[in-house]
Amino acid sequence: MDKLRLRFEKTGRAVYISHLDLMHTMQRAFSRAGYRLKYSEGFNPHPNISAPLPLSVGTASICDVLDFKLTEDVDLNELPARLTAAMPEGIVIKECYEPERKATELKYLEVEGRYEYDERPLQDMASALRDFYAADEIVITRKTKRGEGESDIRPAIRSIDISAGAEHVTVRAVISAQEPTLNPDLLVAALRQKAPEIAPDFVQFTRLETYCNNMEIFR
Amino acid sequence: MDKRLERILPRVQKPARYTGGEYNQIIKDKNAVDVRMAFCFPDTYEIGMSNLGMSILYHTMNSLDYVWCERVYAPWSDMYEEMRKAALPLYALESGDSLDKFDVIAFSIGYEMAYTTVLDMLDMGNIPLHAAERTELLPLVIAGGSACVNAEPVTQFIDLFIIGEGEEVNNELLALLRRAKNEGWSKRDFLVRASGIGGIYVPSLYDIAYNDDGTVASITAREGAPERVLKRIVADLDSSPYPVNPIVPSTEIVHDKVNLELFRGCVRGCRFCQAGHIYRPIRAKKPETLIRQGIETLKNTGHEEITLLSLSTSDYRHLPELCDGMLEYCSSRSIGLSLPSLRADNFSMELMEKLQRVRKSGLTFAVEGGSQRLRDAINKNVTEDDLLHTCAIAFAGGWNTVKLYYMLGLPTETDEDILGIAEMADKVLRCWRENAKTKSRGVRLTISTSCFIPKPHSPFQWEKQVSLEEYLRRVNLLRSRLSSMRGVTYNWHDADTSVVEALLSRGDRRLGPVIEEVWRNGGRLEAWYDFFSYERWKNAMDKYGLSVDFYASRERSPDEVLPWDMIDEGILKKHLLHEREMCYASELSPDCRHQCSGCGAVRLMKGGRCDG
Repeated sequence: MDKLRLRFEKTGRAVYISHLDLMHTMQRAFSRAGYRLKYSEGFNPHPNISAPLPLSVGTASICDVLDFKLTEDVDLNELPARLTAAMPEGIVIKECYEPERKATELKYLEVEGRYEYDERPLQDMASALRDFYAADEIVITRKTKRGEGESDIRPAIRSIDISAGAEHVTVRAVISAQEPTLNPDLLVAALRQKAPEIAPDFVQFTRLETYCNNMEIFR
Repeated sequence: MDKRLERILPRVQKPARYTGGEYNQIIKDKNAVDVRMAFCFPDTYEIGMSNLGMSILYHTMNSLDYVWCERVYAPWSDMYEEMRKAALPLYALESGDSLDKFDVIAFSIGYEMAYTTVLDMLDMGNIPLHAAERTELLPLVIAGGSACVNAEPVTQFIDLFIIGEGEEVNNELLALLRRAKNEGWSKRDFLVRASGIGGIYVPSLYDIAYNDDGTVASITAREGAPERVLKRIVADLDSSPYPVNPIVPSTEIVHDKVNLELFRGCVRGCRFCQAGHIYRPIRAKKPETLIRQGIETLKNTGHEEITLLSLSTSDYRHLPELCDGMLEYCSSRSIGLSLPSLRADNFSMELMEKLQRVRKSGLTFAVEGGSQRLRDAINKNVTEDDLLHTCAIAFAGGWNTVKLYYMLGLPTETDEDILGIAEMADKVLRCWRENAKTKSRGVRLTISTSCFIPKPHSPFQWEKQVSLEEYLRRVNLLRSRLSSMRGVTYNWHDADTSVVEALLSRGDRRLGPVIEEVWRNGGRLEAWYDFFSYERWKNAMDKYGLSVDFYASRERSPDEVLPWDMIDEGILKKHLLHEREMCYASELSPDCRHQCSGCGAVRLMKGGRCDG
């Protein structure tokens, strides 16, 4: 039982836990649940845990992935409930298994954005958003390590579906998760830069599903 | 979650500190409890969550099934701005409810510089600031903590104070409040009844008269309130509640580890030290109790570090036994064990080796005074030989970083004493050259000085603080000597905060409007130097015609009525005066282990023994 993988939810108040803090929280939760994480060898040993796709602060997820190693064999069916009981509010472990795919095979993410408009009609916004995201290219200015640069985010959007509800507009998109990585926040940044009149007053994203390159569900 | 909050959170730094939801938080049904308490810490989440007292009392109060006690911290400046802009009131982390939904608003005030933050938190929670404006029984605003040993500067804002340790008295007070609420008592009736509970100080039941020179003429207790409020303690610390299920923060805090409290009080009796006096008598826990609680807490929290807390940890009688017991559990689990305070005179290399197997951090010693004469005068029982001996062992053991802390402005201090600090630094450097195991990376010696602040209930409570100018002269004198020494870094604490701290710590009721004025001019989180303004305090003092010097740099006569004389910390005034005289004779007093000095604190033990 060398490599193990968790699929977990991070919702509610837990969405404000940063990636770094989440790693620390996970480490402590394993310990509280009585699981001994395997540590790296070397001068400054640290536990072997990694999350291939760090979540940004404020983004929820019902399909997040954490890879780790334990020092001994454990009952994988029992692990999710036991670990969940040791978690802060909002983190729920859905399943634990020995992964067949490498984390690098995770290619696409399905995300859902709750776009809130305080004073603008939702139907109008939804149709304008459809037009906006349907463009052939969406070139935005973004900060990179080398300063500011221009980039087209459109190729990273595989599909996008927009619908107006009673309270907000729902934007569902399948976006590239790795190579290139598209942070869903850029879907909104693009609006602020190119079409501020349809930029929402508030937005919250939730990750719904993970896919491989051939659109098979990634596990 | 509140819609306004949801929109603010993505914009502020470290939002996880404003959401609650941590592991081990206590959630109750608000409709099923009789008393809801908002337990406020007038500083940030990172500081407040590191406070062991808050953690203990959160659990003792929540152990009452009719009470739900929740946590409230002061937001950092960015969150503060956003909350004010969105008109979002200050709320408790567990339920998210604003302060005005609570029956009791309780503050733990550990330092005077937090006073303006107390006012700010009340205001942010829509609670009227002044006790007199709150005419109904609820909400009741109470406070405790070590700054309340002289609560006078904030008596206008707080209905009652808890004096001493809160484990028992808090719950007695909550039981009375529950009754008052159910039976519909008036606030007045409740306060009078509460003043009959030992350790509760109700300031509105005390009249203060002043002399023409501004000193206190008399303190008169009314309506049956005790003339002096004797502090409360937990006599049997070993069996007192200790939270083995503390809340584990989901974001980094200052002391992100298990705090294990070994004992309360201190055997040393350093004459400048308030803590060493107000936490007496000395009560220790048994090592087997500590090992059990330490291991249980580590299991329940998943922390990677445990620290052995107390005023002078190396004075714990069973330290080797305790360390061995803890290490047996910790070593195989990569859990670190640390000691926060070390003394140069009983430093054990063997112990240090055990604790720091992996990382060799620096060694820090509080030397306090620059010469042996001055150290004797302040009863800091550390000799130059002790320090150099310890340094020699440490350097030979591979340590290359030493920090030495001193105070400037101590009573009887002369320039000769100050230059003694530089001489000591020189000897430490020489000691390094003679003993260091590895010299390739050089030695780093840091000398830090702060400005002495006379504190109430210490033997120096009558002393004056040196002026700002004089402190800076002393700093420059020392700096001129240290600047030419290679490998020595000199840090000095800004004195303007020390002046305000001195002013507040021995202040009287006339400072209430001054604190309010400072807050109205933007003062909050002033324990953080970036948010502190001496000008703001000076202007507020001027506005009310009060003199900073009167409070900070005036020597009190031994027969003066002190503003805090209604508070009895258990130490006899004659003991404090005797210690002060010993200072002027530059004479040491034996520590409590060698000979009991008869300080008076043992009467709090109800027949039990002081572990001095």
